[in-house]
Amino acid sequence: MSQLGAVMRRELRSYFVTPVAYVFLVIFLVLAGILTFYAGDFYERGQADLQPFFVMHPWLYLILVPALTMRMWAEETRGGTLELLLTLPITLWQAMLGKFLAAWLFIGLALVLTFPIWITVNYLGSPDNGVILAGYLGSWLMAGTFIAIGACLSALTRSQVVAFILTALVCVLLILAGQPQVLDFFQGTLPRKLVNGVAHLSMLRHFEAIARGVLDVRDLLYFLLSTIGWLLAGVLLLDLKRTR
Amino acid sequence: MIETDQLTRCYGNLTAVDALSIRVEPGQVLGLLGPNGAGKSTAMRMIAGFLVPTSGTARVCGHDVVREPLQAKRALGYLPEGAPSYGELTVREFLQFIVRMRGFRPDVGFRRFDEVVHRLQLEEVLGLCIDTLSKGLRRRVGLAQAILHDPPVLMLDEPTDGLDPNQKHAVRQLIDVMARERTILISTHLLEEVHALCNRVVIIARGKLMADATPAELEQRSRYHGAVSFSAPGSGMSQEMLGRLPQVAAIEVDPLDGRITVFPKPGERILDAVEQLLREQGLEVSEIQLERGRLDEVFRQITTDAGRHAGVAAGGRA
Repeated sequence: MSQLGAVMRRELRSYFVTPVAYVFLVIFLVLAGILTFYAGDFYERGQADLQPFFVMHPWLYLILVPALTMRMWAEETRGGTLELLLTLPITLWQAMLGKFLAAWLFIGLALVLTFPIWITVNYLGSPDNGVILAGYLGSWLMAGTFIAIGACLSALTRSQVVAFILTALVCVLLILAGQPQVLDFFQGTLPRKLVNGVAHLSMLRHFEAIARGVLDVRDLLYFLLSTIGWLLAGVLLLDLKRTR
Repeated sequence: MIETDQLTRCYGNLTAVDALSIRVEPGQVLGLLGPNGAGKSTAMRMIAGFLVPTSGTARVCGHDVVREPLQAKRALGYLPEGAPSYGELTVREFLQFIVRMRGFRPDVGFRRFDEVVHRLQLEEVLGLCIDTLSKGLRRRVGLAQAILHDPPVLMLDEPTDGLDPNQKHAVRQLIDVMARERTILISTHLLEEVHALCNRVVIIARGKLMADATPAELEQRSRYHGAVSFSAPGSGMSQEMLGRLPQVAAIEVDPLDGRITVFPKPGERILDAVEQLLREQGLEVSEIQLERGRLDEVFRQITTDAGRHAGVAAGGRA
């Protein structure tokens, strides 16, 4: 297990010695602020909650998480360090999990750093802090799924740009899956059950439930299982690379 | 100990390593030789557990690299081709990462860290980014990584490639010191290295084992083995005389510097006879040399198409 920790620490270290971490944090915090106050009508709604803030998170992650995860395996493949890493005494799972946890903790840090907005809303009114906490939890879980998708697709290619685009594409599909426009499109062609299935794939739907403060086991399972599934796919991809 | 058993690896239709069976014992420094693309790196990557063999297997200290990968990797120190490392980290951070990956207790880890840093003289660059280091220093960092856990088996893929002569010498000294009681496998295409380092040579070409012998044995296969060469101005006369010696098979004159090489018939020793003849002729010989055999010639003979059949036959005998 010390190996998992070593990979995680090295990965975090790499975020912070390259500008990746700072660029990410600044853009995330600035955009989160701007979108909440301007696009989200934070004041005009006249309600003391963080709904407008959390609603923006899927779209923020859509751009920023692929940027964070694109180098995860693509760069190791290209730079030859994959050979070094995989000939050290570590399993693929430990390596994958170490890298995933590094990115997930980093997003956790970004979320913690949005605390001024929480202070603001508590200063302006008296919001339900339980709902806000649930919102943060949901957002973090959703980020985990985004990261797992990015980790898997970064293992697919040695090009960071390709990894970025593929990750963003898959994420936008999963975000939009539950939107009425998408469902209407399928309505005519697919049986009703399948359409419902597509709707259940929607990240937005599960996230919004949690962000409203409703902690349903099914929503938590959705994020947990899809995260594990994508990580598993990534591990299989890496393993396939060794045999092909 | 490293053993490979019918180790094979295919990329699509290309067979990069073809049923390679070798066995390297403790105390041996085996040089894996071959032209570029012969399958040296692919073979090493399979032994290191990075690539999975298409068929056959490899064992490191008795641990199968496919079935017991972690035990095999623990017993092995491996320097991949080009000594890859995380360029954005400092030397200290990188080696500390390796210490953690090797799972040392902190106190033991610190001791090992200090030892390799001292051994490879990295004290002054500990705080520098690996990206900013020279090629030679990067190679040393890679070596430090490979020997950090004091492994019983060491495998180095072109350890001196791109180093200057002083750095090469330093790396060879290090390997020499490490060689006692360890199993060392080195790939190289530098023939001088074989003399300097290895007590056994395996030559592969197109993934196949072509020869397995000591450097001296390989030299004996050379046409030049036992030949006598000398430089003497105005020796046109003596060439004829030399040709009449019963032990002499052929005479060649280098068109550039006029150096004369006399080849013996198989199993004959000709140095004394040639020297005596030259003395009798009263020729001024500035310098005379008994050739040990030329590895580069043997290497070419074994690995190129022309010499392939002869090479296979010789490999079978060894």
